[in-house]
Amino acid sequence: MGISSNTLINMEKIRKEQGLTWLRMINMIKNNTMENKIRRSISFVAPTIIPLLFIILWELFARKVGNNAILPQVTTVAKHFININADVIGIGSIPKNILYSLVRVFIGYILAIIAGLPLGLLMGYSRRVKGALNLFISLFQPVPAIAWRPLVLGWFGVMSVATIFDLDYGPTYAIMDNFKLSMIFLIFLSAFFPIWGNTMFGVSNVQQVLVESALVLGASKKDIFFHVLLPGAGPNIVNGLKSGLTAAWSCLVAAEMLPGSMSGLGYLISHAYELARMDLIVAGIICIGVIGALFDGIYSRISDKYFSWQRLVR
Amino acid sequence: MNNIVFKLNNIGKVYNENEKNELTVIKNLNLEIKENEFLCIVGPSGCGKSTLLRILAGLELPTEGEIYYRGKVLRKPTKDIGMVFQNYSLMPWLTVEENIALGLKFQNMPKERQKERVNEYLEMIGLTKFRYSKPYELSGGMQQRVAIARSLANNPDVLLMDEPFGALDAYTRIQLQKELLRIWEKYKKTIVFITHSVDEAVYLADRIILMSRNQGAIEVDIQVDIPRIRDRANPRYAELNQHLLDALEELNKGQ
Repeated sequence: MGISSNTLINMEKIRKEQGLTWLRMINMIKNNTMENKIRRSISFVAPTIIPLLFIILWELFARKVGNNAILPQVTTVAKHFININADVIGIGSIPKNILYSLVRVFIGYILAIIAGLPLGLLMGYSRRVKGALNLFISLFQPVPAIAWRPLVLGWFGVMSVATIFDLDYGPTYAIMDNFKLSMIFLIFLSAFFPIWGNTMFGVSNVQQVLVESALVLGASKKDIFFHVLLPGAGPNIVNGLKSGLTAAWSCLVAAEMLPGSMSGLGYLISHAYELARMDLIVAGIICIGVIGALFDGIYSRISDKYFSWQRLVR
Repeated sequence: MNNIVFKLNNIGKVYNENEKNELTVIKNLNLEIKENEFLCIVGPSGCGKSTLLRILAGLELPTEGEIYYRGKVLRKPTKDIGMVFQNYSLMPWLTVEENIALGLKFQNMPKERQKERVNEYLEMIGLTKFRYSKPYELSGGMQQRVAIARSLANNPDVLLMDEPFGALDAYTRIQLQKELLRIWEKYKKTIVFITHSVDEAVYLADRIILMSRNQGAIEVDIQVDIPRIRDRANPRYAELNQHLLDALEELNKGQ
């Protein structure tokens, strides 16, 4: 492929008129070729192709099976999302159950942040504190939250937000009684470890040379903590917050299957199972998946926006 | 004016003392560094020159002997003793101007004055256009310029430099050497500069120290009296260069 010298001279003229650098100019030309336009529209469509194929295959199988109690048809499931506000199997609408689940997750998650973040920071910062606590906390890390279930039930029984605040019987009590301590504790446990672990890792892995270069600039201990360790650990902290939320959300089904729960996506699934309503189970799974992906997406956006330096360092 | 900035009395540094892997890096080292002196420390890798510099910075304490900075025992880093590291020492999450202002922020300097200071040093290193760039967007040479500006903006009494141009290509290296001399003449700091390049030392220094792997012993301590700007084609330059290279080779033979 050749470019005539005339073309080049014209391009240079345009470049100067527009006040562009060569790099920018070349990029603009590249982005405007037909081939590139097609490529970009393909990359826009591509992520939807596999889900679409999946849905088609699902529908084909479901028709072949012909039994809603084994594999419901796409349309049966979609019906739940079209009549989204309809009451299902006597436990309220899907959005209402999503809301209960979200509130539970956020209470447990926020408690996990309150405990995990400062503890991770402290243990990343001070070797002495880490030495004293690391073994103890690590012992609990491999235990799946659900294994705590019998113990937790024994401790908290039917205690809920309503009972600890000693609310009077009434509509508020009915709502607040949905938020059982046992469930919140399990969600807390599953969110705690990723938040604590990633924060600790992040702080203790800040490059030593950054700490030292702050020291020779006259930084105090406080300066080191707030201006070097905290921002340096930022990407790992956000990563921990993200994994913590994902863990909390996936622990939800387990937590909501605990006795005493009368609402939430997990309860919806387990109750639908008792009634052999596979279509509702699939609808519940879709909700859990989509909301989990949203959480993930939000944190990925935060990461990309504030921590772009991390991928590009070195 | 020839005040003593640093005085080192029988300094020793032993790592992992009383353990199986005990390692004596420096033993019985005596050294005086004068005000406004441009001192280069040359030596093979592993001779303890970096350790010595870290002791001067207060980042490490000697296990034996005393180090005095302006007549007082040095125990920890201070803003009066600046240091430029070999590379990657800029805060990657801060912009160029925020990096240069970092030390000023630690001193709680008012924002307006910080800005003036930052502008002055951005101009000095010729990177005003890049003030809002992040370090990863800069070349290695530009990053080191920022690191030097960051140290100088703090107005230190002494500037320690640990192979600051070691990771740069030959051309950039020579450019930065010239710039450093220009800066040194303008701001008149005491500079202790570590390098493993004999040529770099001869080009820059008032005084050159050669350290050996033999527990950081100072084998050569000479004044360089070639007038600046030094011409690498000057026979005395070449002669001194050769003399130091020979001495280094002699040291390596002894190992």
